[in-house]
Amino acid sequence: MSKVLQQELVALSGNEAVAYAFKQARPHVASAFPITPQTEMMHKFAEFVANGESTAEMILVESEHSAMSAAVGAAAAGARTITATSSAGFALMWEVVYIAASLRLPIQMALVNRALSGNINIHCDHSDSMGGRDAGWIHHFCENAQEAYDTGLINFRISEHMDVRLPAMVNYDGFIISHKEDALYLLNDDAAFDFVGPYKHKYTLLDPARPLTVGPLDLTDYYFEHKWSQLETYPRVFDVARDVFDEFADLTGRRYGFWEEYKLDDADLVMVVLGSSAGTAKDVIDEYRDKGVKVGLLKLRMFRPFPAEQLQPVLAGRKAIAVLDRSASFGGWGGPVFTEIRSAAYGLPGAAPIHNWIYGLGGRDFELGHAAEVIEALQKIAAGGEQPIHNLLGCRA
Amino acid sequence: MSLKKAQDLAEAGVITEAGNAESFKTGDWRTFVPQFYPANCIQCLFCWIYCPDASIKVDLSGDKPQVVGIDLDHCKGCGICANECPPAAKGKAALVMVREEK
Repeated sequence: MSKVLQQELVALSGNEAVAYAFKQARPHVASAFPITPQTEMMHKFAEFVANGESTAEMILVESEHSAMSAAVGAAAAGARTITATSSAGFALMWEVVYIAASLRLPIQMALVNRALSGNINIHCDHSDSMGGRDAGWIHHFCENAQEAYDTGLINFRISEHMDVRLPAMVNYDGFIISHKEDALYLLNDDAAFDFVGPYKHKYTLLDPARPLTVGPLDLTDYYFEHKWSQLETYPRVFDVARDVFDEFADLTGRRYGFWEEYKLDDADLVMVVLGSSAGTAKDVIDEYRDKGVKVGLLKLRMFRPFPAEQLQPVLAGRKAIAVLDRSASFGGWGGPVFTEIRSAAYGLPGAAPIHNWIYGLGGRDFELGHAAEVIEALQKIAAGGEQPIHNLLGCRA
Repeated sequence: MSLKKAQDLAEAGVITEAGNAESFKTGDWRTFVPQFYPANCIQCLFCWIYCPDASIKVDLSGDKPQVVGIDLDHCKGCGICANECPPAAKGKAALVMVREEK
């Protein structure tokens, strides 16, 4: 193991931290349109361009559909490309979000999670990201500014790996992470760029000696085969990601995985959460541990590709599992995290009952009492008591 | 034409072979087909200029380019050539659209 790098402790908001990570990767092109709460992130990045700290070509577009279209064009031309958005902006990108993944372009996006309309709401939930969960991107969720910064760097490596070539997003909770001033360690610019490495394209539109057509009409005879080759890629992401996590841990001392386990080894009761709520959950788990309740946290970091097989040993041998979703699947049988976790646990010997709590929609605070309410319910379920499969947390209903 | 297996295709469906539209025959959509009457043709090349595909066959070997026929493997039968063909010169058009009979 190499010597861990000396790093500077600084105070930055989540948006500033991710802008910093993106700047350090020396992208060639950035295209974006402002939307709360992402605006400050691209504002900061634009400042790096304006003051010469970044040599990126900054494309200011007229909509998010154009932002993602410009990103696809730039990436197809062979440029390291970044963008950022939130909520309705991501929804407006929709068509081109799929195209970015289908064309295997490793574009990096900061998705600052915010509720989708309507009614219009600027605060955090995960409905934006979850709406795009099947588009083919790599999705990482972060607990704080440190994770958002680190993941911003890590995503370049996973996404641009020649065995992967998929776009990646770093998800972090709007306002809670994006606007909160947080303490975090930064790599120096050279160390960060050494880690990310120079950009290599797999194909480029700008080589007259090797003309290409990208994104042609693809009908009944070949579309399915092209989708096959895309589907084959996702299992490879796990192996690549593991290596990148190891390398990052050697460099910085901070180890990441597909998920983080907190007091999970001997836990009978398990809470599953994404994002900033993990911090609150950990505090409440500490309180219950002091009372002798064997409860632990599974903080999922990588949601796409979903590490189902990897999670099975972690889900096995529990007495009750609570999956918390910060988005609803309207008309679906529970939130997106719930259906994935329950599906992953299907058929495990002695599988625990798995229940769902929808919480925090539209930025409703996730309070200590809410985490306690879930742990109380888990104890009841483990003792054989009645509890609905689907529950709401913190809603006056 | 035998279809390739998924494993043998370029990633992302990128087409690396330039100009391969020529080998993909798209001329089976037609309802009407242009009939070419060389005796009426004044070689103005309007049809060649206006054809939205590249379906007017022109012989470039002589002093002046000569329209010699229609590439029916790629002509979609839109009729623009017949519409642009100036019949005034000889009283009769060199290109006339007729219903395609199989």
